[in-house]
Amino acid sequence: MNTDIRVSRTSNAAKVAAALGALIVVILIAAPYWAGRADLRLMGEVFLYLALASLWNLLAGYAGLVSVGQQAYVGFGGYMLFALTIFAGLPPLVAIALAGVLGALISIPVAALIFRLRGAYFAIGTWVMAEVFRLVFAQVSALGGGSGTSLPTDIVRSMADDRSAREALSYWLALGAALIVVTAVYLLLRSRKGLALTAIRDNELASASLGIDIWRTKFFVYVVTSGLTAVIGALIFLQKLRISPDAAFSVNDWTAFVIFIVVIGGIGTIEGPIIGTLVFFLLRETLADLGTIYLMVLGLVAIVVMLKAPHGIWGFIRHRFNLQLFPLGYRVVIADHTKGV
Amino acid sequence: MDFLNAVVQGTLLGGLYALFAAGLSLIFGVMRLVNIAHGDLIVLAAYLGLTTTVVLGVHPLVALIVVVPAMAGIGYVLQRGVLNHTLGDDILPPLLVTFGLSVIIQNALLEGYSADPQKMDAGVLETASVALGPLSLGLLPLLTFAIAVAVIAGLQWTFYRTPLGRAFRATSDNQDIAQLMGLNKRHVFGLAMALALAVTAVAGILLGIRTSFDPSVGGGRLIFGFEAVIIGGLGNLWGTLVGGVILGVAQTLGATINPGWQLLAGHIAFLVILAVRPNGLFPRISG
Amino acid sequence: MPEPILTLTGLDAFYGDFQALYGVDLEVSEGEVLAIIGANGAGKTTLLRSIAGLIGNEASQITYRGRSIGNARPDVVAQMGLAMVPEGRQLFPSLSVEENLMIGGRVNREGPWNLRKVYDLFPILEERKAQASTSLSGGQQQMVAIGRALMANPDLIMFDEISLGLAPVIIRDIYKALPGIVGGGMSAVIVEQDITKALAVSSRVYCLQEGRVSLEGRSDAVSREDIARAYFGVE
Repeated sequence: MNTDIRVSRTSNAAKVAAALGALIVVILIAAPYWAGRADLRLMGEVFLYLALASLWNLLAGYAGLVSVGQQAYVGFGGYMLFALTIFAGLPPLVAIALAGVLGALISIPVAALIFRLRGAYFAIGTWVMAEVFRLVFAQVSALGGGSGTSLPTDIVRSMADDRSAREALSYWLALGAALIVVTAVYLLLRSRKGLALTAIRDNELASASLGIDIWRTKFFVYVVTSGLTAVIGALIFLQKLRISPDAAFSVNDWTAFVIFIVVIGGIGTIEGPIIGTLVFFLLRETLADLGTIYLMVLGLVAIVVMLKAPHGIWGFIRHRFNLQLFPLGYRVVIADHTKGV
Repeated sequence: MDFLNAVVQGTLLGGLYALFAAGLSLIFGVMRLVNIAHGDLIVLAAYLGLTTTVVLGVHPLVALIVVVPAMAGIGYVLQRGVLNHTLGDDILPPLLVTFGLSVIIQNALLEGYSADPQKMDAGVLETASVALGPLSLGLLPLLTFAIAVAVIAGLQWTFYRTPLGRAFRATSDNQDIAQLMGLNKRHVFGLAMALALAVTAVAGILLGIRTSFDPSVGGGRLIFGFEAVIIGGLGNLWGTLVGGVILGVAQTLGATINPGWQLLAGHIAFLVILAVRPNGLFPRISG
Repeated sequence: MPEPILTLTGLDAFYGDFQALYGVDLEVSEGEVLAIIGANGAGKTTLLRSIAGLIGNEASQITYRGRSIGNARPDVVAQMGLAMVPEGRQLFPSLSVEENLMIGGRVNREGPWNLRKVYDLFPILEERKAQASTSLSGGQQQMVAIGRALMANPDLIMFDEISLGLAPVIIRDIYKALPGIVGGGMSAVIVEQDITKALAVSSRVYCLQEGRVSLEGRSDAVSREDIARAYFGVE
């Protein structure tokens, strides 16, 4: 018997996925040259939702911080884009990056407060925070108060002269943001901090006894996630060109849909949000005419998935075929040469 | 004078918030469940009340005879049919399932009643007031506060003086051992949710008489109830009333300074208390 | 020999993927006191939890008065007349002493036991009836736990480690009360670390070792050597 046991992080499926992924990314980068204007816009939206979903998945699925208030940072990022370009005269790209930094900064005192709440009460606490953000921005009359404001045309023009160039730029930003977020989440989870997170998720008590500082690890994830969510928020409202408190801090648009995406795709996996986003938009594009019924179906599907298949579509596929496209853990590979496989 | 008036009106408003909170507090106390759809269930009760008043041509308070048992029934079925399957060590399933429920209820109400604001007509009750020295107290806010006190006293009595309350407390303490005593925890949880939604029915009808409502206002009611629970301290029903009053007073005081600050002032009061007393003012159980 | 009221036939029990019991065969007759001994982790508590319904098993592996209850819910099992005094007392902290006893009476079965009888058996509990159960001493808490189980008027009462963590004088008192409890036709299963005590109060004894029955016999007939071998698995 000639059995060779190796410990490996990768797998054939992961290698194929990486190659396929690279090809898809190249095709997507070229999209402004082959896709129509409406498709480009839709794809941009898909990427931004993918980024939001990956971030929420990191927060809830890995760090155990189930937030229903990430719209706070989406809206904050959006408003920062408008404020920094209109009042400080910053170029939009700089404003987007700065919105991320400010989002991370403001999340520090927020975390200090709401981390006092545990479990489900933490969730509602995040919602209260989002409401506070909404009400505060509704008071800022320079940004249009409760009715909101539009991005001035000279600022829009400063990005690129003609409309299609602007739309291409906006698309690339969304694609880039999604790639950066998914990669960042992947690298974070492979790092020491990521291993600590997985350990905490699997057993909080045991990991505390191993000397993992749970509070600091969760705090770190919350701040990073909030900063990145603010960047995505800025990009969302760069696409929309118009902002109002109700749209910016919408719990349905920026949290409910995102949660459904992650739950349906598979929470606690990197692949889940990607699949969930595709399913969400597929449903939306086919059922959108049904309006409220579509949302009820979405809620129902999420409930059924949570009850019957808590690991979502990806969990089902992985269990069935033992696949992992983003290899996080190590696996034991046994090559049994006697069988000559 | 404005100040005193604001404090009194805020206190009475706090009664309504305590009613929003009592159901949340009850189910958290019994089964550690936080129901994100709680606000939407309050709004559902308001709509059921509206339909009852329209169809039967009765006063909104009379509609309670229909809506309270209806909501209790919905609560029992919801708990046994769905929510019992989410309970366990993991907090994600109950949170996400009730979140999904919230979206379903909201959109079902939109489908059934449209997005137009509605209001229940309670006749003279809405405008009648009692003069108390220089203050004029609306009969409806007074009645709401009195009902809140009565409901909380009733819940307190049920919890600490009846076999049902014993079953609630025993199941809350230790589910396994409670079952060894012959208690079916699924049924006990069903009864707890039924009771919580019966209270929600009262809250919904009083809300629908006081202000206009539409399918989207549930989230806000959940947040007010939640803030009252946390301010008062987890698991303490009378604390919940105090929490509701603090929230109501903060809101009316904020509104006297600037109408736009009403809600903000309430949230800020909540955050200040969270910063200073993270377990609330009168905590009974640790979260 | 009287008919068995409880029969375990090839009982397997699992905690997730971990198997704790392997094919345990066991019988309890009407009015009999049975002792179960074994080292820590041998599966004694698992056995009681399986009978009580807290661990799900194959329906046919546990029969009680002719009914298969291996997969019955714990509250249903309790209604049928099986009661348990759990390890570590496990009183309800938010209930008073009397409320703890009353919740035990919820199953509402006919029989000799009621509040009055429990207070006669443990008079100290009547003095303390309005107190929080957590304010009692360990021995008094054990009395509440026993009283709570008796209030159900069970046909079969199971004691899990009743002397664990109690002072010797308290243990003596509780064992002194035992004959008064299990007389009158009630059967009992006693899980006990103290082998001498276990043999003294029981008519038959089972020893578990790593989830299997390693010894079965009359309590007055088994030798110390047999038990040592069954306990530790050494020759």
